Amino acid sequence: MTHLPYIVAAYGLTLGVAAILSINATLRLRQARRRLAAIEQPRTRQPS
Amino acid sequence: MNATQSLTARTGNLFHRYANPGRFLRMGAKLQPWLTWPALVLSVAGIVWGLFFSPADWQQGDSVRIMYVHVPTAWLASSGYMGLAVCSLLSLVWRHPLADLAAVEIGPVGAAITAVCLATGSLWGKPMWGTWWVWDARLTSVLVLFFLYLGHIALIRAFDEPQRGYRAAAILGLAGAVDLPIIKFSVQWWNTLHQPDSITVTGAPTMSTSMLWPLGLTTLGFTLGFAAIVLARLRASVMESRVRTILAANRGRQSATAPQPERATS
Repeated sequence: MTHLPYIVAAYGLTLGVAAILSINATLRLRQARRRLAAIEQPRTRQPS
Repeated sequence: MNATQSLTARTGNLFHRYANPGRFLRMGAKLQPWLTWPALVLSVAGIVWGLFFSPADWQQGDSVRIMYVHVPTAWLASSGYMGLAVCSLLSLVWRHPLADLAAVEIGPVGAAITAVCLATGSLWGKPMWGTWWVWDARLTSVLVLFFLYLGHIALIRAFDEPQRGYRAAAILGLAGAVDLPIIKFSVQWWNTLHQPDSITVTGAPTMSTSMLWPLGLTTLGFTLGFAAIVLARLRASVMESRVRTILAANRGRQSATAPQPERATS
């Protein structure tokens, strides 16, 4: 492979950005779900 | 006129059925694994196939393998902006609340993918053309698309009142869609260093099926991955918005029930 550094850089960059976007979305979703559950729980416990 | 109005209203009603946050969150939670897992499997299969099992090009050698990540990101840069333009239309015509939130979430993902497209293109261009960059019509129009994404990201967050930001960004989103046909046809309209499209809707592909299969897998996998990331961000955004609404309602209730300071009567 004569152009190995270019190929490695292209794949590394693509997979790196994909990983950052995926992890960011997962953590944000998890945090939002936890916050919503924490806020909604006391509301559901209130007597009607 | 009436027929047009009723068609617009009926289309609006159809879209607004999915504007209910609770319904969207339930639907999104069901849809998420159907996007995420196939995206992962198809992307890994396509990348492994493209890197290790597809043949090298007779002219470009092994550097043709960059195609398996460059072409899907190029496709997603344009189709992501098309999604942004559709959200802009839904926002401007039908005031769809989820369309605004979707536009907020598509912007950064689309910009990141467009940056990857430009970078992988440069990494492919250097060994093939001998240069990282040329002011070629295709490259320049994709760079303009990247700036359109950045402009959208900045504009949608630029106002204290979010609705004003949504309106302004929606206008930019729609106007910027003019760049999409320019990107598509730039290699036909101008004499460019960038090669013409190898895959077209009407004609037969000009590349070997042994390369076409891994390219198809990565394109489909990346597309599902893009949709999965945007959906996860959108679900998070809807939940965050719900949290803000509940907190604001709680604050309003507390201030309403709090004892009022006595006013001095003259």
